[in-house]
Amino acid sequence: MLLAQVIVGGLLLGAIYALFSSGLTLIWGMMNFINFAHGEFVMLGMYVALLVVVWLGGGPAAFGFAAAFALFVLGVVVYLSLIRHVMRGPMLAQILSTFGLALLLRYTAFWIFSANFVSLPQVSLSGTLNVAGILMPVPQLVAGVAAIALTFALHLLLTRTTVGSQLLAVAEDRNAAMLMGIRPDRMQALAWGLAAGSAGIAGALMAMSYPWSPSVGETFGLTAFVVVTLGGFGSVPGAMYAGLIIGLIQALSAYWFGPIYKDIVVYALFVALLWLRPQGLMGKA
Amino acid sequence: MKWGLPALAALLLFYPFILTGPFYWDIGVAFLLAAISASAWNIVGGYAGQVSVGHSMFFGVGAYTPLLFYHLWGLPPVAGVPAGILVSLGLALVVGMPTFRLQGHYFSMATIAVAELIRIFVGTWDLVGAAIGLQGPAVGRGWWDLTFRSELPYYYIFLAVLAVVLYTTFEVERSRFGYYLRAIKAGERAARSLGVPVRETKLKALMLSALFTSLAGSLYSIKTGFIDPESGFGILVSVQMVIVAALGGAGALFGPLVGALILVPLQTATNTWFGGGGSGLTYILYGGIIVLLARFEPGGMHEWWQRVAPLLARRKHAA
Repeated sequence: MLLAQVIVGGLLLGAIYALFSSGLTLIWGMMNFINFAHGEFVMLGMYVALLVVVWLGGGPAAFGFAAAFALFVLGVVVYLSLIRHVMRGPMLAQILSTFGLALLLRYTAFWIFSANFVSLPQVSLSGTLNVAGILMPVPQLVAGVAAIALTFALHLLLTRTTVGSQLLAVAEDRNAAMLMGIRPDRMQALAWGLAAGSAGIAGALMAMSYPWSPSVGETFGLTAFVVVTLGGFGSVPGAMYAGLIIGLIQALSAYWFGPIYKDIVVYALFVALLWLRPQGLMGKA
Repeated sequence: MKWGLPALAALLLFYPFILTGPFYWDIGVAFLLAAISASAWNIVGGYAGQVSVGHSMFFGVGAYTPLLFYHLWGLPPVAGVPAGILVSLGLALVVGMPTFRLQGHYFSMATIAVAELIRIFVGTWDLVGAAIGLQGPAVGRGWWDLTFRSELPYYYIFLAVLAVVLYTTFEVERSRFGYYLRAIKAGERAARSLGVPVRETKLKALMLSALFTSLAGSLYSIKTGFIDPESGFGILVSVQMVIVAALGGAGALFGPLVGALILVPLQTATNTWFGGGGSGLTYILYGGIIVLLARFEPGGMHEWWQRVAPLLARRKHAA
């Protein structure tokens, strides 16, 4: 029974990994660009949620929306002011741009919020659901279900709508898309907004159940790399499955080997993947 | 420029007598260590254009093995240096072999993930002191323990190592291997089509870089006589190498020297001004500098100077 409990917990956390990793994979699919600051976007989403609850007394819907919106704006600003200028430049500039951004955001957060762990004050969602002996805290359950729904919505947005087709057209061939009357800069800014927004809302969802500090960004960023590599770069459905799998693996390794090993096992899996199947589960080589 | 190199050498040789006292010597040693590590990073990150953001894995291994040799068997720490280098070369293979087949981003991601993996692992491993870390001999049992009370001997040991690293880089720059590296950086596909053994060359560059980075780590731990997971494998160790090299000019021989010349005094100053809380501000500043560099001047001071120098010369002519 304890094992079933662990599995459910892992899948619920994995759903959130799926959500923020789909943002990372979207950027990669659009423009072959790795965002080293993606984990910091998740971390900022958590603090946005905290500020909304503490200052405005907002509920889950309010702080979820606020985190998504704030990070969407940040993503667009980052694209327009930074990424647009380095994305066709040398590799060094591409990697340093977001790596530097990650440091800037992380240490600014340390400076403002201190290194102490914080958690969200009691939100209106509380209580525990008991399904056939498996206990599910309501905030975790709501967060997990919402995360999967949002990931799926992102997938639908990309595959079923005009905007999605335009995004994919730019990803396919920037110049051809331009000839079709699509403005690539606008589409890529939108992609950065969506990616950062999904990270922000994922952070807000996680903030409901887990305490955090500014350093969690690094862990989440690396987790997203592993999820995206496992799922195949550029594939949103891949990120969804892989997120659930990684959440499960983490929960099980914490259960079997001890909590400190959950990240070690996941990063080791990443190295193994690079050796054995770098294209991931659903990606093309 | 003809007199540039002898002047620089003389300046570095006599620095401890120009600015005397432990405070300035300490800055000098920190400068040399930053220059050594960044020069080592530069071989793979600058010349080959393979941007590692996890070079702390080599630094940490190099830093841990000497103190581990002392801790386990009471050997002089120096005895652990070759072992550290060997482990670092092995690590370079583990990271480089798979990722150098793939696009450049995989290498960057793998370096940061492996460095973090090792940092967490070492923090839980009792044999190497877990989270507390390891200590070297408190009092030297002989000169071979390399525990000096004064900073001065360390200054000259570090200076000698820096000379070796720079000379090696200089030789690499002139060799066929160096041309291969630049060709790969300029365009991997084109290089391959011209017969450059791309993967092999990148791997060699990484191993050479790992060797010197490991050596830098050893120097650090032998001098401080203490190492823990954060000061060995922490991400800030990697950041320091990247920013020093990129600020001075990645892929330029003296780039790391220039970068260290700017950053080390800056870091000392911010730590003095802001006290203990200064380190956080230092890294905000570092992040900002890295972003601005990437955005406006990815070639660092080196390329900036190459652009500005002719303009200055022309103005002087006109006047």
